[in-house]
Amino acid sequence: MFKIVHAALIAPGIKRFVIEAPRIARKQKPGQFVILRLYEQGERIPLTIERSDPQKGTINIVVQSAGKTTHFLNCLETGDHILDVVGPLGKPSEIKNFGTVVVMGGGVGTAMTYPTAAALKAAGNRVISIVGARNKELVILEREMGEVSDQLLITTDDGSYAEKGFVTDKLRQLIDHGERIDLVLAVGPIPMMKAVADVTRKEGIPTVVSLNPIMIDGTGMCGGCRVLVDSKSEFACVDGPEFDAHRVNFEVLIQRNAMYREAERRSMEEFRQLGTVKLKALRQELEHACAGNGGRR
Amino acid sequence: MTPPVKTPSLNVLPLKERMKVPRQHMPEQAPNLRATNFTEVNLGYSTELARQEAIRCLECAKPACTDQCPVGVKVREFVQLIVAGDFMGAAGKIREDNVLPAITGRVCPQEDHCEGGCLMGKKVQSLGIGYLERFVADYEQQHLDFTKIRKAPPTGKKVAIVGSGPSGLTAAGDLIQKGHQVRVFEALHEIGGVLVYGIPEFRLPKKIICEQVDYMRAMGVEFETDVVVGRTVTIDELMNEEGYDAVFIGTGAGLPQFMAIPGEHLNGVYSANEFLTRINLMHAYEFPRYDEPMVDLGGKHVAVIGGGNTALDAIRSALRLGAGKAYVLYRRSENEMPARAEEVKHAKQEGINFQVLTAPVEFLSNGNGWLKAARCVRMELGEPDASGRRRPVPIPGSDFDLPLSLAIMAIGTSANPIVQSTTPGLQTNKRGYIQADESTQRTSRKGVFAGGDIVTGSATVILAMGAGRRAAQSIHDYLISGVW
Repeated sequence: MFKIVHAALIAPGIKRFVIEAPRIARKQKPGQFVILRLYEQGERIPLTIERSDPQKGTINIVVQSAGKTTHFLNCLETGDHILDVVGPLGKPSEIKNFGTVVVMGGGVGTAMTYPTAAALKAAGNRVISIVGARNKELVILEREMGEVSDQLLITTDDGSYAEKGFVTDKLRQLIDHGERIDLVLAVGPIPMMKAVADVTRKEGIPTVVSLNPIMIDGTGMCGGCRVLVDSKSEFACVDGPEFDAHRVNFEVLIQRNAMYREAERRSMEEFRQLGTVKLKALRQELEHACAGNGGRR
Repeated sequence: MTPPVKTPSLNVLPLKERMKVPRQHMPEQAPNLRATNFTEVNLGYSTELARQEAIRCLECAKPACTDQCPVGVKVREFVQLIVAGDFMGAAGKIREDNVLPAITGRVCPQEDHCEGGCLMGKKVQSLGIGYLERFVADYEQQHLDFTKIRKAPPTGKKVAIVGSGPSGLTAAGDLIQKGHQVRVFEALHEIGGVLVYGIPEFRLPKKIICEQVDYMRAMGVEFETDVVVGRTVTIDELMNEEGYDAVFIGTGAGLPQFMAIPGEHLNGVYSANEFLTRINLMHAYEFPRYDEPMVDLGGKHVAVIGGGNTALDAIRSALRLGAGKAYVLYRRSENEMPARAEEVKHAKQEGINFQVLTAPVEFLSNGNGWLKAARCVRMELGEPDASGRRRPVPIPGSDFDLPLSLAIMAIGTSANPIVQSTTPGLQTNKRGYIQADESTQRTSRKGVFAGGDIVTGSATVILAMGAGRRAAQSIHDYLISGVW
């Protein structure tokens, strides 16, 4: 079992967890993720590691409530435990001096770009970051991204903060102003990554996206995370999660990610009907289960 | 291994009479009932059935059953102990060579090994060695006393086992009995590897695996889950920083292969590994009590592509999830089918429709991204190919469309690259599998051994166990002599 040493909301529905996981903290590199399972009946979900502290033996994850598991996770507080956390998984981001790199984060995807942006900056790149969110409240990691970027640009869909528009609008502006861009890294909702790929393909700018297909084991066994890359099946857990955006078939990714929509809706509905009293009981049950398993491991 | 010693027979039945006793039938759940549940198909021998079966053994002077067993179980001796009514003695006898008897008794392809070698099989039906092994293992479980487990004097040597599947568990069990400190690292959250994620409950109940693992814990084996060796910790770190004197790599089969035919990316086309992992490891068949979902198979038409045990496990699981029609599409004929004979028999009894000499050439969409049908072609067998089996050749103009909601690809796996790519100097073959000596399981790295599917590619539980056993012996030799 894995202890949550700190949990705090950083935006509505978005929480940062600091989790005790010394083995993972020691090995984590930018771009890698963990898979976690909250309780015995739980599913395994992949989440990107925002950063780690090898000395303290902790890793950070940033979680946005979306389905049942993330909603449940975001109900957990400092001192609670998670049954299973495994990682770091996937290939690390390629870090070298590319020249000028544009790092684009959409929504909670910003947290996933942060460690790579920091490493790219440290490797001598000129880093221009573009952070996008639906509205002002959902803009996350503004300070952190500012610290690792030569230039930080922010957009909100509704214009409630910084500039109204999409991250691709900003990218377009940079290109139109003659900015020489050697690499684009985009992490966010699939439509956003696809839109970025469409812009940079025409310009011939190498572009990397971090994909989030349905995944179960995450260790190169089940094949559930296959993505169509140049009409060939590749696996996000061992070949990715980062791929050349211009080779990814985003339509198939969207289609496959919708495969369990009905079951996900049902799970979520049942979870909503739990109420706070039952949720508290469930948390205690989880503690109990974790403690029991902790003894066995 | 000590050579078998011929002891006076305890069996009073004259040899020629033994041939007249029919092979005792394994009691099983009725096909129409079991096709709707995940409870075990075979129910196990009673004490009476076991003894009745055991007296059939001819007690050959040179038992081919043992010779053909990848771990060398002393069949004749354990069977004689059943005849004598000493079931715990029989269990102990099996355990000298096989640390997972309740598992092999259920999933071994006995017809290819012990029972295939049985002399009686040449005249009448072979001795039910698998059934007897299972009986003894289950009897042992019910009468087990962990306090009686003897521990070998510690050698002070530490061995890391990577992967808790059949090869890793076997190596761990053998090494702990030689007095080494053994720790097993497992990537998933459950111990057992393919036994847990691959083989369904109706063929190998999870409870059985838990019991066998608990036995190993009682022997002193340590387990650590949620560790992906190569990612969470490397082989070099295990040896240089965590003080392991030797490492055994048994990471098993890797990613599923696909056919690279049009429409394979459609929703509804699964790999068998994913389909089975959802059901077995993640309990998707118990959704929503468990969170992992599975598409609703009620009344749907489902096909598996392939003819191995994995294929049959997948399609029989689909049937149990309510599939209206369940097909096996296999490109060769039934003679070439690699699945265990009993599974083919059981599947047929349950109403699985076998379309042999048939292969899909394209998956057709319903227009919304979901599978609607498989375009198939009939085959005929031509000249033998590299595998020695006759090559299937498409019959021109034999195309037909088979309406399907789900297609499950069970055509094999390729090597998982994680350990190889993070262990400098570990040599692999051209297909990416780890190179290991066939008799010692040694790799190109000093102190590092490997066995099972990560060396051979997809094989069987018992072949992986055989490799684990050979590795344990040579790890022991290496640790004691210090000579590589």
